[in-house]
Amino acid sequence: MGYFKDIYVAVSSMLEGMKLTGRNFLHFRKYLTQEYPENRDSLVLSPRFKGELILKHTLENEHRCTGCSACELACPNGTIRIISKREETADGKSKKRLDAFVWQHAMCTFCALCVDACPTDALKMDQAFEFAVTDRAMLMKKLNKEGSNLVEELK
Amino acid sequence: MQPTVEVLNERDYILNVGPQHPSTHGVLHLRIKIEGETILDVEPVLGYIHRSIEKMSEALTYRQFIQMTSRMDYLSAHMNNLACALAIENALQVEVPDKVKYIRTILCELTRLASHQLWWAANGLDLGAVTPFFLAFRDREAITDIFEEVCGSRLTMNYIVPGGLMEDVPEGFADKIKTYLDTFERTLSEYDQLLTGNEIFRGRNIGVGVLTKEEALAYGCTGPVARASGLSCDVRKWFPYEMYDKLSFEEIILTEGDSYARYKVRIAEMYQSIKILRQLLDGIPEGDFQAKVKKIIKLPAGEFYQRVETARGEFGVYIVSDGKSSSPYRIKFRSPGLSNLAALPFMTKGAKIGDLIAVMASLDLVIPDIDR
Ligand code: SF4
Ligand code: SF4
Repeated sequence: MGYFKDIYVAVSSMLEGMKLTGRNFLHFRKYLTQEYPENRDSLVLSPRFKGELILKHTLENEHRCTGCSACELACPNGTIRIISKREETADGKSKKRLDAFVWQHAMCTFCALCVDACPTDALKMDQAFEFAVTDRAMLMKKLNKEGSNLVEELK
Repeated sequence: MQPTVEVLNERDYILNVGPQHPSTHGVLHLRIKIEGETILDVEPVLGYIHRSIEKMSEALTYRQFIQMTSRMDYLSAHMNNLACALAIENALQVEVPDKVKYIRTILCELTRLASHQLWWAANGLDLGAVTPFFLAFRDREAITDIFEEVCGSRLTMNYIVPGGLMEDVPEGFADKIKTYLDTFERTLSEYDQLLTGNEIFRGRNIGVGVLTKEEALAYGCTGPVARASGLSCDVRKWFPYEMYDKLSFEEIILTEGDSYARYKVRIAEMYQSIKILRQLLDGIPEGDFQAKVKKIIKLPAGEFYQRVETARGEFGVYIVSDGKSSSPYRIKFRSPGLSNLAALPFMTKGAKIGDLIAVMASLDLVIPDIDR
């Protein structure tokens, strides 16, 4: 008798689970799966999503980086290298200016400590996240755009 | 130390499970001594994912090393970060604003939910049930979305920092979680319907992998593994931190000690987490999201220890500071997974190979946490 009871218990408990599967099959509310990359256009990431590091540039191609190296020091992985240069100002003084902001994408752990450390709020984490490249060297990136300058208020 | 598996006898039959095995959830290597299908002994072999996090931390500042702890037990990233932040705050004797405490506790409980959901998914999958995996990932996805909105990451958070939080929580943070809890409370009963009562699942778990209270104590097991053996060890109760002393929740303790008891403890803990979250969400006070802490942190000379309850058990951070430099002199992490894994040979002695997988699934191991 116990034998049949076991079978009954096993089958009924499994049917109980199947009931859920069946209900979900018949009453789908909405598709939960997203079809990537087909949904690229409609894909919304949260504003804080840490995809890549960027140096903010204005429309006039100006950035806010003074080349103080605080971000370089804050980074746990040695991902950032600030290369600075000396520049003559209008009144003949020589001042330190940013030459190249080098960010090694492959070494970044996206902790945002650099963004936090910057005294002039020059850095930002951006949403882009597709970075597959064919060569490691392509992940070595210069973040300041060609011909960009420091914004007037920080000069 | 004596190796648990004696391989000197040439007649012993040794079976290697892993390091590339789908059911070990990572690069865990087990050497099993068997006779027929019966397990005589199990020896875990570690080191395949050793990244030397403790040593690396000695070269980093107190602010920098925390991001590395997200990469240990990646399913409890917030709790690991919190342990480090608390250790540093206690050493500096900084009192964080109430708002920070609330939000930290909320994030920790959400992490616990997400971690238990993933465990439930994997537990079903290990025993051959695929549906739980999709159900649990559907629920977990919503939590990771909340995390993404709050801290920009889905796994490696680095949001809880010494002195407070990285940035303030976004608009509608509490409401979002409330809506989520309403839906999740409903779907949590589906978990029971699908797996808890299933006869095959029960048959493979009840009475399998029994760990006695004494063994759990002797091997330093913590978390749901120890609580399923009747050992009261919840850090949230014993050494409350943040908001936990002001909340009402139960420590789930069962006495059977088998895989099924461990399963039931975690399911019950999910209900407790929901209860905790409900108590917190309405009362988040206004205030700052950071206390004043210097940019360059230097701890006074001495030793500091802080423990928190992660989804897997007690996680501890032990910091030795020389009082001069801005990086720790020595850091030691106490990871719950290592102790829980150490008890595996006792649970599986005399069991069959198939049961080994069921027992490991019930331990909820995260290998990067064991091997750091
Ligand atoms: S980005 Fe900010 S922190 Fe880094 S060098 Fe420029 S100004 Fe300094
Ligand atoms: S996000 Fe972190 S790892 Fe990446 S560059 Fe900034 S500080 Fe370095």
